[in-house]
Amino acid sequence: MMTVDARGLSCPEPVVLTRDALHASPEGCEVLVDSPAPRENVLRFAASQGCQVSSEELEDGSWRLVLSR
Amino acid sequence: MEDEKRERLLVVGGGVVIGVIAALLVYLGNPGNMGFCIACFMRDTAGALGLHSAKAVQYVRPEVIGLILGGMAMALYRKEFSPKGGSAPVTRFALGFFAMIGALMFLGCPFRMILRLAGGDLNAIFGIVGFVAGILCGVFFLNRGYSLARTHKLGGAEGYVMPAIVVTLLVLLVAAPEFIHFTEAGEGPGAKHAVIAVSLAAGLVVGAIAQRTRLCMVGGIRDMVLFRQSRLLEGFVAVFAAALVTNLVLNAVMGGGYFKLGFAEQPVAHTDGLWNALGTFLLGYACVLLGGCPLRQTILSGEGNSDSAITILGLAAGAAFAHNFGLASSGKGPTAAGMVAVVVGILVVTLIAVVNSSSAKSGK
Repeated sequence: MMTVDARGLSCPEPVVLTRDALHASPEGCEVLVDSPAPRENVLRFAASQGCQVSSEELEDGSWRLVLSR
Repeated sequence: MEDEKRERLLVVGGGVVIGVIAALLVYLGNPGNMGFCIACFMRDTAGALGLHSAKAVQYVRPEVIGLILGGMAMALYRKEFSPKGGSAPVTRFALGFFAMIGALMFLGCPFRMILRLAGGDLNAIFGIVGFVAGILCGVFFLNRGYSLARTHKLGGAEGYVMPAIVVTLLVLLVAAPEFIHFTEAGEGPGAKHAVIAVSLAAGLVVGAIAQRTRLCMVGGIRDMVLFRQSRLLEGFVAVFAAALVTNLVLNAVMGGGYFKLGFAEQPVAHTDGLWNALGTFLLGYACVLLGGCPLRQTILSGEGNSDSAITILGLAAGAAFAHNFGLASSGKGPTAAGMVAVVVGILVVTLIAVVNSSSAKSGK
């Protein structure tokens, strides 16, 4: 599974990278984000693409989002 | 999808409240179609501090202070306040600088562009055309891997510097106005303002709403183009609709002065369509590369984001240069020097976009 490390990137880069990753591996990908706005944006985008998402908060305060379909 | 529905309602509802407040601020004393304008207000504030000496536009605008503090309060309340920065600060300063050069060619930030249209100022249509074109240029580079590198978490105190600066400005304004330059009554838009407490309260409320909804005038069009997502655009339309209705009501009740459909003799505006469009082209282009419109940058600077704080300082520097070197337009129209500056700005912004793009780059 591809991993997108979008930590520290400004909008809309996390979603652009997620979009590109889903294009490259349509079955799903893993996205790391470290602030609430990109997290919401990636979750919203995943929903619009018909992905199932699991979100897990990591120890350093960032999130691991696993998108699958 | 209940959450999604609630979020949408929040963005549209927030947009309505912001639109009504913006229109009412004009009734309460602000210049025409200028309930809010981050560009104009930063320009006025820079003038008040003597960074430029255009006597018509000098006043510490409490709305900006309120936006930053309101954004900070909401971010603290939602546990989203997070000091961070370090993503190409000087590049961001330059983008902020040229965003302001574009905004002062047009005479307004994207927020005021919407408010101008809601006041019947059809020159804003040229502004919107240029703005969308500028956003499309930025999106072109985003699709080719444009990025200004990552931000990093910073020490706690860093996030409070911008809020501390605006609190200092507020103290100066209230307690020591003799240190500030003020436009004399009747000498220009700087003299037109609501009373301090009202402006501050309006800024606080709008700042809190903008933080909660992440409203962004650039993001609305950008996300629609990139991802076919209309959420932010709906907020944008809600601001417009609410300001339009409030203006029409005020116009009917007060017998005019709040809505005038047409191009000529609009408040703080000129009728040069080409340069209105080129100004907002530069503005939209620079703002996409920054990741958000001046309003969004202002809010983020209250959330502890140093990159946005640097951007705000870039906007202020751009405003000071624009007036010190005669680059800003006036009601009479654009200046020759301003046209040169806008063209230079478009070239510089393109250069920044090219050197920070790499189609090979990915997040892996």
